Amino acid sequence: MSGPPNGERPERGTPLVEVHDLVVHHGQLRALDGISFRVFPGEVYAIIGANGAGKSTLLRTIAGLHSPTSGSVLFDGTDVTGLRPERRARQGIAMVPEGRRLFGSLSVEENLQVGAAFAREGPWTIERVYETFDWMRARRNQSAAQLSGGEQQTVAIGRALLANPRVLLLDELSLGLAPVVVQRIYGMLPQILAAGLTVLLVEQDVSQALRVASHIHCLLEGRTTLEGTPASVSADQVEAAYFGLAGAAPSSAAPEGSEP
Amino acid sequence: MSWVNAIIQGVLVGGLYALFACGLSLMFGVMKVVNLAHGDLAVVAGYVAIGVITVTHIPVLWSFLIVVPVMAVLGYVLQRTILQGALDRSVLATLMVTFGLSVVIENGLLQFFTANTRGIGTGLALVTGSFSIGQIQIGYLPVAIFVIAVVVLLGLQYFLSATRYGRLIRAVADDKEAAQLAGADYRHVFGIAAAVAFGTVALGGIAYGMYAQLAPTTGTDTILLFAFAAVVIGGLGSLWGTLLGGVVLGVAQQIGAQISISDETLAGFIVFLAVLALRPQGLISRGAQS
Repeated sequence: MSGPPNGERPERGTPLVEVHDLVVHHGQLRALDGISFRVFPGEVYAIIGANGAGKSTLLRTIAGLHSPTSGSVLFDGTDVTGLRPERRARQGIAMVPEGRRLFGSLSVEENLQVGAAFAREGPWTIERVYETFDWMRARRNQSAAQLSGGEQQTVAIGRALLANPRVLLLDELSLGLAPVVVQRIYGMLPQILAAGLTVLLVEQDVSQALRVASHIHCLLEGRTTLEGTPASVSADQVEAAYFGLAGAAPSSAAPEGSEP
Repeated sequence: MSWVNAIIQGVLVGGLYALFACGLSLMFGVMKVVNLAHGDLAVVAGYVAIGVITVTHIPVLWSFLIVVPVMAVLGYVLQRTILQGALDRSVLATLMVTFGLSVVIENGLLQFFTANTRGIGTGLALVTGSFSIGQIQIGYLPVAIFVIAVVVLLGLQYFLSATRYGRLIRAVADDKEAAQLAGADYRHVFGIAAAVAFGTVALGGIAYGMYAQLAPTTGTDTILLFAFAAVVIGGLGSLWGTLLGGVVLGVAQQIGAQISISDETLAGFIVFLAVLALRPQGLISRGAQS
């Protein structure tokens, strides 16, 4: 994978995903309150935070499933804030949604075929998915609803990869899965990302996020509390930013404008 | 022998009911639209067929080549405009809108075509002819309609299971958002599903116009009711359930008519109520999905 093991971030070229001063409401609730960040090609950008911090809302807004109250989402330099999710998907934003969301009445292979239905040109084919996840071929005609949680998550990842996206949004891969399964799924990531795919992931499980990410961004109640590379932030800083402990000093790596 | 006859006639007319029911079932299964204008649209298709035959002098049996595409386009357009508009508000709104559509169609037909009944292809040997097995007389037309219903259901099954758009329709029915994330415009997919459903409605309307007589009110007082009964008896969302439901309904009606000619319709709805009470998921239930 790309991303420096420590130190400076390669802020070169056009950011692939750029979120600018994003405010999103759920009814009366201000779920996101002025979030800004940029994800550069090849990065594994992790959004961490506790339950209700706004992580999933952020990812869903980037995918187009939520409309922001204000602010904008840019994809490869183009404003996509007004585009429907299917249009964004066809331009190269793929998402593995929270809770897998496989098509339960479709077989494993049919789920993958739907993933490939509007695919861009690229390296991923159903054959390659079967080569990467070798158990899947033998069970391709099984109903997706019959798979275990971990298997479903893998099929959901395969379905998203088949779009040959430029950026892959991963929403809470670990949710509802046994730790050993989570380990295995995160263990597969480097292999999946070999093609230089950019990843924006949301994770409650901080240790997993720190292990795979080239950059982390911590949210607390809809606001940015910490941003930096895993090497540049201390465990204490992460803990303070995650739980919002009193007296937590903003990290030196925190971006300008993250706090009012 | 008259009981055997009743059962055979009931089974055959079940094919006609399945033609009415499969489109209703598809629209509910995919879009969650309960289309109260379903029967009126079948009548519209029948009137379009009569018009097409009169104007172009196309052979009666080939009229479906024009009517089915016309109704399919109408289905796509209606879905993309007023039905989607209603869906964006609430499921209840679709009930109101399709009810309104039903009233408008029915009164429009009354206005322009009067309350007179009309038949399709009334002089054809296929419509009037029959053959006999022993003492039982079987009309060519009910057999032909039954065969068409089976062919339509086989076609639908193939379309839904083996084609790209069929797969997308099932995916969208499962999870609209997840389908969007894969790049599918669910509104367009809904439109395709509606086009297919309206295509089956067209066949149902033409078949009914040959089997019986069409009047502006036939859609609500006969076709919609029988379609609903067949769908509920067979099991909501089940394709072959519509045929089973149609057959059960048809047999119940014919047996009722054996007892007393005035009990025909009543017997069908007694079975309908019995299924609703004892097995609300229908005879063929489609798993836990509702």
